[in-house]
Amino acid sequence: MMKRKLLALALSAMLLPATGSALAQTTGKISGDVVKIAVLTDMSGVYSDLGGKGSVVAAEMAIEDFKAQFKPKFKVELVSADHQNKADVGSNKVREWYDTQGVDMVTDVLNSGVAIAVAKVTTEKNKIMINAGAASTRLTNEDCAPSNVVHYVYDTYALANGPGTAVTKQGKDTWFFLTADYAFGASLEKDTTEAVKAAGGKVLGAVRHPLNASDFSSFLLQAQASKAKVVGLANAGGDTINSIKAANEFGLTKNQTIVGLLTTIIDIHALGLPTTQGMMFTEGFYWDLNKETREFSRRFFDKMKKMPSMLHAGTYSAVTTYLKAVQATGTDDTATVMKKMHETPINDAFAKGGRIREDGRMVHDMYLVEVKKPSESKEPWDYYNIKQVIPAEQAFQPMALSRCPAVAKK
Amino acid sequence: MTEIFGVPIQALFGQLMLGLVNGSFYAVLSLGLAVIFGMLNIINFAHGALYMAGAMLAWMGMEYLGIGYWWMLVLAPISVGLIGIAIERLMLQWLYKLDHLYGLLLTFGLALMIEGLFRDLYGVAGQPYSIPEEFSGAFNLGFMFLPKYRAWIVFASLSVCLATWYMVEKTRLGAYLRAATENPQLTQAFGINVPLMVMLTYGFGVGLAGFAGVLAAPASQVGPLMGSNLIIVVFAVVVIGGMGSILGSVVTGLGLGIIEGMTKVFWPEASATVVFMIMAVVLMFRPAGLFGREK
Repeated sequence: MMKRKLLALALSAMLLPATGSALAQTTGKISGDVVKIAVLTDMSGVYSDLGGKGSVVAAEMAIEDFKAQFKPKFKVELVSADHQNKADVGSNKVREWYDTQGVDMVTDVLNSGVAIAVAKVTTEKNKIMINAGAASTRLTNEDCAPSNVVHYVYDTYALANGPGTAVTKQGKDTWFFLTADYAFGASLEKDTTEAVKAAGGKVLGAVRHPLNASDFSSFLLQAQASKAKVVGLANAGGDTINSIKAANEFGLTKNQTIVGLLTTIIDIHALGLPTTQGMMFTEGFYWDLNKETREFSRRFFDKMKKMPSMLHAGTYSAVTTYLKAVQATGTDDTATVMKKMHETPINDAFAKGGRIREDGRMVHDMYLVEVKKPSESKEPWDYYNIKQVIPAEQAFQPMALSRCPAVAKK
Repeated sequence: MTEIFGVPIQALFGQLMLGLVNGSFYAVLSLGLAVIFGMLNIINFAHGALYMAGAMLAWMGMEYLGIGYWWMLVLAPISVGLIGIAIERLMLQWLYKLDHLYGLLLTFGLALMIEGLFRDLYGVAGQPYSIPEEFSGAFNLGFMFLPKYRAWIVFASLSVCLATWYMVEKTRLGAYLRAATENPQLTQAFGINVPLMVMLTYGFGVGLAGFAGVLAAPASQVGPLMGSNLIIVVFAVVVIGGMGSILGSVVTGLGLGIIEGMTKVFWPEASATVVFMIMAVVLMFRPAGLFGREK
């Protein structure tokens, strides 16, 4: 009996410090007086121009601006890592950050595979992930976790919806897809097909190409033979770039419109205007929208020697939004900060009147852009004509279609 | 319109033509690998990186020095060849006595370093390089719209392959080379400077990679990853053709390009793997490759 009591005492003595610190975290103000933000991204692979070092720089800028404006009493620290586009590398890193380094919030997290894995760890550890880079709509549907995860910049629905609807309504109503043969490409093709059909268009066919194919001319010839008015590129990065280049060379652009479904200013810059003129696609951000975006982007340009992608601008905004919520509530407690972020409209260089919905989707205006002719471009990086501002309510998947269990329960 | 398996015959001709274009790249690259393996017994994993370096040099020449495509078609392979000679003199030459594995590891490491260097300097999205003016536009062949530049790729690659084959098989220099491959000690005893020939062979082999890089620059995006996307297929081509066989690598390169092109029509999802399926089958029946000799 005595022995058992002793054992219980010893056990509780061992447990005490642990519960003590856990208590301190939930009731205390800011754990360790430090708010720690982490940027998890692809530093060396195919997406490293889209996010990569630029995202780290954007996060640094956000912290700098926040400190200058609010003079906070707490310290803000930034860490970053390369997930090499591997879900296991990413989730292990994030676990380490949460467990041993006191990280409160992780952002960027491009690559849907990595993002879904990291979202699970984040929920398990009850921290915050603001995803600025991954595209999959699963993050706000099947795999949603609205009390821990915010999907910030764009998703496959938003990318597909803009061009799918607008281009079809212009009378370019027959489509053919060039689709990267993996989950992301298939979901992009599916979302676009739905938008095209809803707008009264028809899909004539699709060809699935392997990821990182070295030559696209053969697939493009099939697209050409389909006689579709629009060729939709349901792929990304280098695959998109090489598809566009070959499309131009084989004369597709003369009779058919090329629509990139995940194309960014980085791709346009890499290809140059002569090759890309006339292309249409959806963007979440453009540096030359107004005075505020220009100021932010020029500052970014001074550091990176390139204009920000929507991921970079989104990462800046995500970090700012998070820090403002911490400042307003005076704590880094997950539930409190998340509640504050959900309540507060987002107004900064990236988004005007943005808001975080109950499924974790941050909705904001998106832009349907057309690439300028070389003669229309007045300076380097002057690439887009904004054809249409897609209002926040229409840009993203309506709540009525949500497949998020946490939302359905309510 | 006549159809074969539901595909119009005209479209099929178009795809055959494209297969030939891709096959030309495989041929030039695998030729370089075959020459190097035949002479040095080195499996040159840096080949893809040096192919990329050729393309990057073409772009850099245009961007920084204003040197056009035609000059770079000569200068870039020579520069890549010189880089190769430096690699051979400083590093590779110490490895000939050791197992193949050491050369493979060294060149693989070099490939990673060269790619990493360009990635760090220029990012991964790549650089635009436009088609030289002489070749803008296309031939209308009736059954397809063939860009003039693609036609030039086939012509230029086949000429280079033919010239290489002629040099190795029909000239005195080629005879020395073949003798040095067969029995280096004996050849040296006849007063032929074998180390010099080995060095030049490696330089020439990687120079071919640089040449293919410049050829590819206007047709695909010039970026640090372009080599690693291609090189694995090229290795498969060399294995199928038979390690070290010059004629084998050229014929196999073109043939596999065409087979791959056909796969893109009938079963596009498999187009990245078809070459490896063929490799597996060939290795089962002819372990030395289609044109290789068992030692």
